[in-house]
Amino acid sequence: MTQSAPKPPIVENSRFPSGPLPPRAGAGLKTDHVDAILADDYRIGFLEVHAENYMGEGGPAHRALAAIRSEFPLSVHGVGLSIGSEEGIDTAHLERLARVVDRYQPSMVSEHLAWSSHDAGYFNDLLPVPYDRQTLDRVVAHISQIQDRLRRPILLENPSTYVAFEQSTMSETDFIREIAQKSGCGLLLDINNVFVSATNHGWKPMNYLRDFPLELVEEIHLAGHAEDVDDEGDLILIDAHDRPVADAVWKLYETVICQAGALPTLIEWDNDVPEWPVLRREARLADAILDRLGPASLLGSRHAAE
Amino acid sequence: MSQKALIGASTLAGAVAMAISGATFLASTQGAAAATEKCYGVAMAGKNDCAAGPGTTCAGTSKVDFQGNAWKTVDAGTCTTMSVEGGRMGSLEPLDRDLPA
Amino acid sequence: MVGSGQHDFGAALLDPDLPLPEGITAPNGKKAARRFAIYRNNVTVSLIDALAGIFPALQRLVGETFFRDMARLYLVQEPPRSPVIFEYGGGFADFLSQFEPLAAYPYLPDVARLERAWLDAFHAADADPLHPGSLGAIPPERLADTTFTPHPATRIVQSRFAAISIFSASREERTLDGIRPANAEDGLITRPAYSVEVRQLPAGAADFFLALISGATLGEAADSTIARYPEFDLPSAISAMLEAGVFSACWFGEPNSEDPS
Repeated sequence: MTQSAPKPPIVENSRFPSGPLPPRAGAGLKTDHVDAILADDYRIGFLEVHAENYMGEGGPAHRALAAIRSEFPLSVHGVGLSIGSEEGIDTAHLERLARVVDRYQPSMVSEHLAWSSHDAGYFNDLLPVPYDRQTLDRVVAHISQIQDRLRRPILLENPSTYVAFEQSTMSETDFIREIAQKSGCGLLLDINNVFVSATNHGWKPMNYLRDFPLELVEEIHLAGHAEDVDDEGDLILIDAHDRPVADAVWKLYETVICQAGALPTLIEWDNDVPEWPVLRREARLADAILDRLGPASLLGSRHAAE
Repeated sequence: MSQKALIGASTLAGAVAMAISGATFLASTQGAAAATEKCYGVAMAGKNDCAAGPGTTCAGTSKVDFQGNAWKTVDAGTCTTMSVEGGRMGSLEPLDRDLPA
Repeated sequence: MVGSGQHDFGAALLDPDLPLPEGITAPNGKKAARRFAIYRNNVTVSLIDALAGIFPALQRLVGETFFRDMARLYLVQEPPRSPVIFEYGGGFADFLSQFEPLAAYPYLPDVARLERAWLDAFHAADADPLHPGSLGAIPPERLADTTFTPHPATRIVQSRFAAISIFSASREERTLDGIRPANAEDGLITRPAYSVEVRQLPAGAADFFLALISGATLGEAADSTIARYPEFDLPSAISAMLEAGVFSACWFGEPNSEDPS
């Protein structure tokens, strides 16, 4: 008889295939796309979900994800752990993340270099942190706490930001490199975030990529961005995930793949989500670049073994 | 609440037996049952049945909407299309006025 | 200064009248006001969208513009406590009942309670509903002592108004013609499989189910309901609870011994 008492997830896990994310294009999973993805002749390389959307106990959302997980590699991407928080990691939320990870045994778990919760509550946005020693030590401690609990390394994603902090003493790339070295986490390189932040702060995206520790990157994110203007009327970019990947971002992506080799590459589309074939088209563009440039890369195809 | 059992074992057994045969009937003729039965039969699913409610986001938004104060009167919603005897459309103001303050 | 940065940042996010937090900069000595406003906007729009996703019937009832402006006031007063955004809005019904511009629409808080319960049911744990055969297999003389385990998705909302009819019409985008809002209604929300179902209950049924949910035996629940509602139709109520999947298991005899099915 089915009861709601906690049960060990081991029985469920055995039906899920294991292994790393393939160095192919993947897509952010949207509930509306599940049937189309399962029925499609094109087999997407992997799917990625936001952990928080699967922190309920059961119901149709879990049924859909279990169906996806039994056929595709899965990446679990957290948006709510608030790794940059001044108040420490919410251990209850970390437990809920651990439950999702236990339940679906994803190939990858990732989170953001950002904060989103404070005494006032949860802001539902990825907010920026200053790049100084104090913040660095705090972020390293939080990542260690998360990795200890999950008993696996996670990937940390570079942010898109609109403001900076007077108190910052380090570059973003130095800050991220040192976090990875000290915590042992891997990196998720969001190339749209690089382009958005570089535009907003007057950096050169190629310099950012030159300084970024590409050897630690295990996954790439690509998305579309929106344009607005700042107080001076100059262009400012918003990380809106509401349209196709921009040409300039595809160019940067080609550069990264040339250097780093083929890497699992996620297409993100979170606002004004189109029909599945539109996402599939973006995924195929990424697949084509991976096929064309991945094998000839400078670092070699680190993830070629599928 | 009464301490004495109002319902005997045989009445209870009869009710359960009837219910079980009734359940079978309802399950096989749900549409007809829903049409004829005012209560119980109305099993509406609530429209956005394959949506899990709102999802999280890791993106910003390009839609600007963080100030506004059009909350002073309800005039565009469907509740103002509901006719209520002696009241404004959709409004229960006159009924509430009758209640002790 | 350092250590209170996120407190000030967060406070300024929720209050557009507060000045920019100290230490926020833009490159080359540019102003940062419009840049900071992007964060304010992201927070506000994403949380209003979340509330619109949780309370679609309510949004249709009051209109989108009114709903969004009202939601903006609510989210400042009561931001989410958890990053699990589909759990947001537990206090929205109470907020509505205190919201002066809606004083003439006292049925709206109950519509909000139904919508919140609908989404709770959607994400509740999976369980098979009680099979009629399990109940039928209980020896007749033990039925009075039988207790029931509520299905994890089951919710009951009792309203002094016609909240269930109004909710249903709004979710199904039907007109509200013929609904008499001052008629009291009880609603039952279940998810027997993967689809959330909402039913309107006849008089007494909500009391009967609530008694069983709180652990009363079948005999006790039937007695107390009939004492209050002499016209209560017990066979129909039992039939409906099986049909709707209100319970997941039934028990008789020694506590926690499983039924024989």
